[in-house]
Amino acid sequence: MSRAQKTQEDVIAPVATAAKPGVQVDERLRKTSIVTEAMRRPELGAIAGLIVVLIFFLFTASPTMFTLSGLMTILAPASQLGILAIAAALLMIGGEFDLSIGSMIAFAGLAFAAALVNAHWPLPVAIVATMVFAAIVGAVNGQLVIQTRLPSFIVTLAFLFILRGLTLVGLKLATGGSTQLRGVDDVVQGDLVKSLFSGAAFQGFFSWLASNNLIDKFDNGLPKVSGVPVSILWFIGFAIVATWILLRTRVGNWIYASGGDPNAARNSGVPVSRVKTALFMLTACAAALVAILTVLDAGSTDARRGVQKEFEAIIAAVIGGCLLTGGYGSAIGAFIGAIIFGVVSIGLTYTSFDSDWFQVFLGAMLLMAVLFNNYIRRKVTGER
Amino acid sequence: MSDASAKGPAPLIEVRNIVKHFGSVIALSGVSLSVGGGEVHCLLGDNGAGKSTLIKTLAGVHRPTSGDYLVEGKPVSFANPRDALDAGIATVYQDLAMIPLMSVTRNFFMGREPVVGTTPFRRIDFNFANSVTREEMHRIGIDVRDPHQAVGTLSGGERQCVAIARAVYFGAKVLILDEPTSALGVAQTSMVLKYIHLVRQKGLGVIFITHNVRHAYAAGDRFTVLNRGKTLGTYVKAEIPMDDLQNLMAGGKELQQISTELGGTV
Repeated sequence: MSRAQKTQEDVIAPVATAAKPGVQVDERLRKTSIVTEAMRRPELGAIAGLIVVLIFFLFTASPTMFTLSGLMTILAPASQLGILAIAAALLMIGGEFDLSIGSMIAFAGLAFAAALVNAHWPLPVAIVATMVFAAIVGAVNGQLVIQTRLPSFIVTLAFLFILRGLTLVGLKLATGGSTQLRGVDDVVQGDLVKSLFSGAAFQGFFSWLASNNLIDKFDNGLPKVSGVPVSILWFIGFAIVATWILLRTRVGNWIYASGGDPNAARNSGVPVSRVKTALFMLTACAAALVAILTVLDAGSTDARRGVQKEFEAIIAAVIGGCLLTGGYGSAIGAFIGAIIFGVVSIGLTYTSFDSDWFQVFLGAMLLMAVLFNNYIRRKVTGER
Repeated sequence: MSDASAKGPAPLIEVRNIVKHFGSVIALSGVSLSVGGGEVHCLLGDNGAGKSTLIKTLAGVHRPTSGDYLVEGKPVSFANPRDALDAGIATVYQDLAMIPLMSVTRNFFMGREPVVGTTPFRRIDFNFANSVTREEMHRIGIDVRDPHQAVGTLSGGERQCVAIARAVYFGAKVLILDEPTSALGVAQTSMVLKYIHLVRQKGLGVIFITHNVRHAYAAGDRFTVLNRGKTLGTYVKAEIPMDDLQNLMAGGKELQQISTELGGTV
């Protein structure tokens, strides 16, 4: 056997060296690091995409887009999508989809508003109850997927319709026939907890900045941007926590493993079913958080809340470098993906283009991201 | 034909008359096997002989319908693979061992990550994990250029070796290797076989499943041949020449017939 091996090596080695000398194992030792290091980061494509998009708008959009108020206008919708996208990204890395998050926003919104308006629960109780409720729905989703071993795509597609329908029925029951539930504002007026989920933060700081002429202000001395919308803070905080979990903790390793190859993970002692169920609960809770943020901002909830958000969240996650097959991706990527989404959707209104180009832009972006991710995956795994 | 549990202390693991039914299918009908420390026991058999069912039973995936399973002389009953792992029985599956998209370190410590810090900030100790990975890889002669590199960039043989090294590092007493060489080229096969030899010298017991008699004969001390859910016999290497083993495994007569038809090339 060793003789056979030797002859094989004798024959192959010189050919290989002649063909591409740089790829020989030992010489690769020093050469790879920087390029491979960059390639290995799943969010590379998203960062490149963000730069391209920003350059595009730098040349085409009116300069007001790049002021502080323009920034907030872009980030506010991006932050709500981003919270969903980060959760969707974690779930995708864990190897599953959740198409029901859009409907979950409406459903959780109904539960939250009904708890406040119809049941007269205090705000903190209503928030906790909504979260617990969402977590239960998420757990049901997850258990169904795990126990039946059906693709999560189809199970959660069913829930997309079930939850949307339940929202309509529930809204009519709660309001006596309407598909909009109003009156949240009156109930939560002046509640301290409300400021955690609604309005703008750091208002004092922004007033101070304005009084020192550091930011734009109105003629009466008030700053044009009164503060940072709290949803942006939730967005950033969630991105930081999710990144930490993914990259540095055991649970993060389990998420990657569960999505990469559930059998191998299970054989190595990773509690795959628990990880996946927890991720489904997380996406449902992220949807509930977005529901709470939007319901408190608008003072009401309606049946059309969160329509198509599931697709937007998945698109943002994919633009951020998540593979559809699981096991690869990043929370920071989804964070940037959501920002790209916001920049393009809001940015177009600052240009002379018809803002209906948005969808074309989005589709093209998604296609490019998928092709790029596929290429990167082959590079990383050495697949040919 | 010598019986398995012949000499010395109790074997590391031993099964007696294991029977496993799946509904109306009788996958195993009375299989006996044992492996001691420092021994490579090859499990041979053609497709459908029951090799997979047997190793999955040993690994705790299946519970036997009847029969005894002893670990170091004591009867055990594993509820799941984790139990078997805790008892020191590690199984390395042919294609289910490693996750190609994850780094070597993350794979090496998958499910058993070392942690530092207190609860809210508890995190994987990557300094420790990386240095252990690099060291263990070095020991088996794989130059991991960087423990962050994805396992997908390693060759098939290297992946098998990493999987075996992982099992050894985490204190396995018995290694069950499920066709570790069946998808490998010549050079990589010899790499894996060499490493199996190394593991044996450390005093571990190895159950080496294969349908390649050459590989079995190169690495094994004893051979058990399975056919249609039954043990055809267990042989010590000195007792049986390779050709006989080959014939036994493939059902003797038929193979000889084919062999003559093909001009003695099989």
